Amino acid sequence: MSVTKLPGTKLSSKEMYSLPGLVESAPQAKYDFSAGPTISRFLQGLKEGKILGRKCPRCGRIYVPPRDYCEYCHVALTDWVEVPDTGTVHTAVVSYISVRRERLEKPEVIGVIRLDVPGYPPNSYEFAGLFHRLCVPPEEAMSDEVIGMKVRARWKPKEQRTGSILDIECFEPVR
Amino acid sequence: MGMVTNLFVKDRVAIVGAGITTFMRRALETSRELAWEAARMALDQAGLTLKDVDCVVIGSAPDTFDGVHLKGEYLADGSGAIRKPMTRVFVGGGTGVFVPVSAWWHVASGLCKTVLAVGEEKMSPAHPHPQYVFRYIWDPIIHRPLEPNLIWIFAMEMRRYMAKCGAKKEDIALVSVKNKRNALDNPAAQVAANITVDDVLKSEVLVWPVQELDVSPVTDGAAALVITSENVARQVTDSPVWIEGVGFTLDNQHWENRELAFPRYLNYAARMAYRMAGIERPWKEIDVAEPYDPFDYKELHHIEGLMLARPCEAWKLLKEGYFNRDGELPTSPSGGLLGVGNPIAAAGVMKVAELFWQLRYEAGKRQVKRPVHRAVANAWGDLMQAGTVIVLGN
Amino acid sequence: MPRRVGIIGVGWYGFRPSTPEVHFQGMMFESSHRAYADANVDPRKDVDVFVDCQEDLWEGVAITDEFAPEPIGGTLRPTFTVPGDGLLGVAHAYMLIRSGLADVVAVEAHGKPSEIRTLQDVYYMAFDPLHVRPLPTGNPFFLAGLDAQAYMQRTGASREHLALVSVKNRTNGLKNERAPYSARLTVDDVLSAPYAVYPLTRYDIAGFSDASVTVVLASEEAAKRFTDKVVWLDGIGFSTETGSGAVEWHTWGRMLSMRDAALMAYKLAGLAGSPSASFDLAEVEDRFSFMELLSLEELMLAKEGEAHRLLEQGHFNLGGPLPVNPSGGSLAMGVQLEATGLARLLEAVLQLRGEAGPHQVKGARKAVVATWRGVPTYTSAVAVLSAG
Repeated sequence: MSVTKLPGTKLSSKEMYSLPGLVESAPQAKYDFSAGPTISRFLQGLKEGKILGRKCPRCGRIYVPPRDYCEYCHVALTDWVEVPDTGTVHTAVVSYISVRRERLEKPEVIGVIRLDVPGYPPNSYEFAGLFHRLCVPPEEAMSDEVIGMKVRARWKPKEQRTGSILDIECFEPVR
Repeated sequence: MGMVTNLFVKDRVAIVGAGITTFMRRALETSRELAWEAARMALDQAGLTLKDVDCVVIGSAPDTFDGVHLKGEYLADGSGAIRKPMTRVFVGGGTGVFVPVSAWWHVASGLCKTVLAVGEEKMSPAHPHPQYVFRYIWDPIIHRPLEPNLIWIFAMEMRRYMAKCGAKKEDIALVSVKNKRNALDNPAAQVAANITVDDVLKSEVLVWPVQELDVSPVTDGAAALVITSENVARQVTDSPVWIEGVGFTLDNQHWENRELAFPRYLNYAARMAYRMAGIERPWKEIDVAEPYDPFDYKELHHIEGLMLARPCEAWKLLKEGYFNRDGELPTSPSGGLLGVGNPIAAAGVMKVAELFWQLRYEAGKRQVKRPVHRAVANAWGDLMQAGTVIVLGN
Repeated sequence: MPRRVGIIGVGWYGFRPSTPEVHFQGMMFESSHRAYADANVDPRKDVDVFVDCQEDLWEGVAITDEFAPEPIGGTLRPTFTVPGDGLLGVAHAYMLIRSGLADVVAVEAHGKPSEIRTLQDVYYMAFDPLHVRPLPTGNPFFLAGLDAQAYMQRTGASREHLALVSVKNRTNGLKNERAPYSARLTVDDVLSAPYAVYPLTRYDIAGFSDASVTVVLASEEAAKRFTDKVVWLDGIGFSTETGSGAVEWHTWGRMLSMRDAALMAYKLAGLAGSPSASFDLAEVEDRFSFMELLSLEELMLAKEGEAHRLLEQGHFNLGGPLPVNPSGGSLAMGVQLEATGLARLLEAVLQLRGEAGPHQVKGARKAVVATWRGVPTYTSAVAVLSAG
C-alpha cells in the first residue's frame, strides 16, 4: 500500500485515563456452573487420594482428565478406572508472574505430566495427562534432565483434601 | 475426511482490496470507528462503495476485551452491516484468517457477489490489564484453581518444542529479531525495532523460557478485505488475488493430553487448504508465507504445521536466513504480530492483507526479493486448538 | 442448477427452566447424538463441517469456541463458532453446501440461561457502553417497549391484541412437551397484570429455558445416502438493520431486518407474488407478544396494519387458515438465548415430517421460520422449508 500515515490515533496510558469522554463500566457477569457428573466424580476421587480416568466402551481409550464422551467414537464414556499417580514430565516451565501479570515473590514451577496410563503407545501424540505444579527447584526445572523425568503425585494429607485439583500439592521426582 | 475434493465452482473468488488501521496499544477511536477506518480503506482501494457490498462478515475475539456482549452486533454499523446480511465468526485467535475463509463460501455459494470482511480488536478497555481477561479461558474446575497466567501455556509449548527439537533460546529469538526488523517498513507497526538476539535474551523473564521480547504486545486495531466473485473482480481490478484454498480444524481443549511440539490441528487445516488449491509440495510451491506469530517460537511451530519445513527443522532453516525477506521462503514480511502488533482477530486479517499486497507487488519496502505466485497465511486460536489456513495466488 | 439443501436430522435436549443434571457441553452432546441418530450419520465419518452457535457472555467462558468441538463430534474436524442465533449457523451451512465445500454440515445451538445469575446485567453488557449503558433505564427490555409502542401506534393494534397472542401461544403450548411456560391464560389475566415494561406485562414477555438443538443438513445427493426423510431448506435469509451501538438509526415499530431476510429467503425459494398463500404454518419470533404480529407483517403474511385484525378473526389459530406458532412459540417454550431460532426450526421440521404429535398441523407441506436475536440487536433470519 502506498499510504504512509494510516488511520488511528495513539494514546498514552495517562492520556487515555484523563480523557473527558472516558466511561467506566464494571458489569456484573456472574454464573453458576453445573460441574456435571464426570468432573464431580473425578473430584471425589481426588478427595479419596486417587486419580480416576474414564474409559470408552468402544475404543477402550482411557481419558485423564475424564470426559463425558469419546471424541473419536462420539459415544458416552462408561467405566471408571483408577490410574497410577505416576508419570513422566512432558514439559516444565518457571513462572515469575502472577495471573494478574504482577511479579511473584516466589517463582512457580508448572508443567504437563504424562501419566503412566495404559493404552497409549510410547511417544504417541496423545496421552492421558495432567497440568499441575512440579515440586522441583527452578534451576532443575530449566535443565534438560527434567523433560522425561519420572514423577509421582504428592498428595495433601487426608484431612486437608476437599475434592479439588489442589488435593494434589504437586508432582515430585521419584528419586 | 469425507471432503468434496474435485471442487467445481463456477466463479472463482478473489480479494480486490485491503485496509488496515495503525496498530497501537491504546486507540482513541472506539471499536466501531476502528472497524470503519479499515473497511473504508479497503473499499477505497477496491474502488467500491458500501452500496456495492452485498454481505458482511465480522471477526473479533473475546467480547471481554472491548467490554461489549454480542460484539458482532456492536461492530455491525462500523463494518458496513447496515441493512445487509451479516454474521460474526469466531475461532479464538484463528478468527483473523477465518474471516476471509468464511467470506469465500459467501461468494462461492453464489449468495453474495461482494463481501466486506472485517477483523477488529480493541483490547485497551480491559482494566486493569487485558491479560487478566484470559483468566476466563481456562477450565474453571481443573485448571483455574492453579491460577494460571495465559503465558504458562505458551511457555510449556515453547519448552516442549525446544526439548524435542533441540532448538535453543537464541535460535528461536531470531524470529523476533527478523519480524521486528521487517516491521520497520510497515506504517501500521506498533513495536517495530532493530533488536539483537542478546536484547531478547536480556529482556524480562516472564515464564521461563518465555521472555518479554519473545511475545507480541496487546493492541487495538482493525483490518479489512473486500472479497468478490470473479465477475466483479475482473471489473474492478486487473490484478485480483485469488483465494485458492481454505482450511480449518478445531482440536479438543485438552492441550494437556497432546504432544505440544507439533500443531496437528494446523496440519489438518493446511492439508485441507492445499488439497483444494492443488498444492502437493508446499515447501516448494509456496513463495511467501505469513505464519501466525504471537510468540517467536510459534512461527516455527506453524511453519512446520504448514509443511513449509519438516518437523523440528524450521529453526535450523531460520538460522540460515531461509525465511528472511531475501531468503528462499520469506515468512512474515509484514513484521508479523511480533513487529506490527496483536489485535487478535485483526492481526490475522492483517497477515492476509500483507499477502494480498505482496502478490500484487504493492508491498513497497516490504516486498520480498523473489517472484511471488502462491502464498499461505495461517492463524491459530483457543487453547492450542484452532488452525485456520488460506492459500492465495495471483 | 444450484445444489438443493435438505435437513436430514434433528435432535434436542432440555426445554426446561433449568437443567442442573448437565453442564452445557452435556446438553450439546445429547442433542447432537440424537440428531446424528435421527439422520443415520456417523459424525466422525459423514459430517464435513460442524457449526456451533454460542456467545461468550451467555456461557460465562471467555472463548466458548474452545468447548465447541468435543461434545458435537467435531474434534479435529472443520469446526467453527458463529456467535449468533442458530439460524445464522444454518445460513453458513447452506452456503457451505451450496459452495460444494461440504456435503453434510451439523449445526448446534444452545442456551443455558438458568446458569446466569446476573442475566439483566449481562443483557446490559450488550448495550452501547458510551451512550446507552450509563442511562438509568431500569430494564434492558425498554427497547422492546419502545418498539411495541411505535408498532401499536402505527397499526392501531391494542394491548388486547397483544394479549391475544400470548393467550393463543401459551394455550397452544399445552399440547407441546417442549413448552414449560404453557398455561390456560385469558386476555384478562394478561391485561390485569402490572406492567413489566410499558406497554408489556410479564405475560407479554417470554421466560427463559435451557435447551440445545442440533440440525444436520446435507446436499440432495448426500442426503440420499442416509435417509428418505428430508425436509428441504428452500431458502434462507439473514440481515442486520443497524448495530447495537447505533440503535437510534432503527426504524421504530418495524423490523426491517426481518423484511430484508424474508425477501432474501423468498427469492432463493423461488416464491413470487403473495407468500401468504405458500405456507401451511409459520413459526415466528414472539419473545415479546407484539413481535409475532410485527413478524407476520414483515414476512408479508399479513398486509401492513392487518396482522392484529386477522389474529382477532382466529386466522392464526391452530385450526385456522395459517397456524402461527402452533408449538406455542417462545411465549410457551421460553427463550433459549441463541438456540431460539433453532427451536422454531425444530418445531417446523417436526410439523413437515408429520411428527409434531398433539399440536400437528394436518397436511403441513410448507413452512416459514423467522427469528430475531432479541434486545438490543436488530438482526433477523428467515428460513423457508418444504416437506420432501
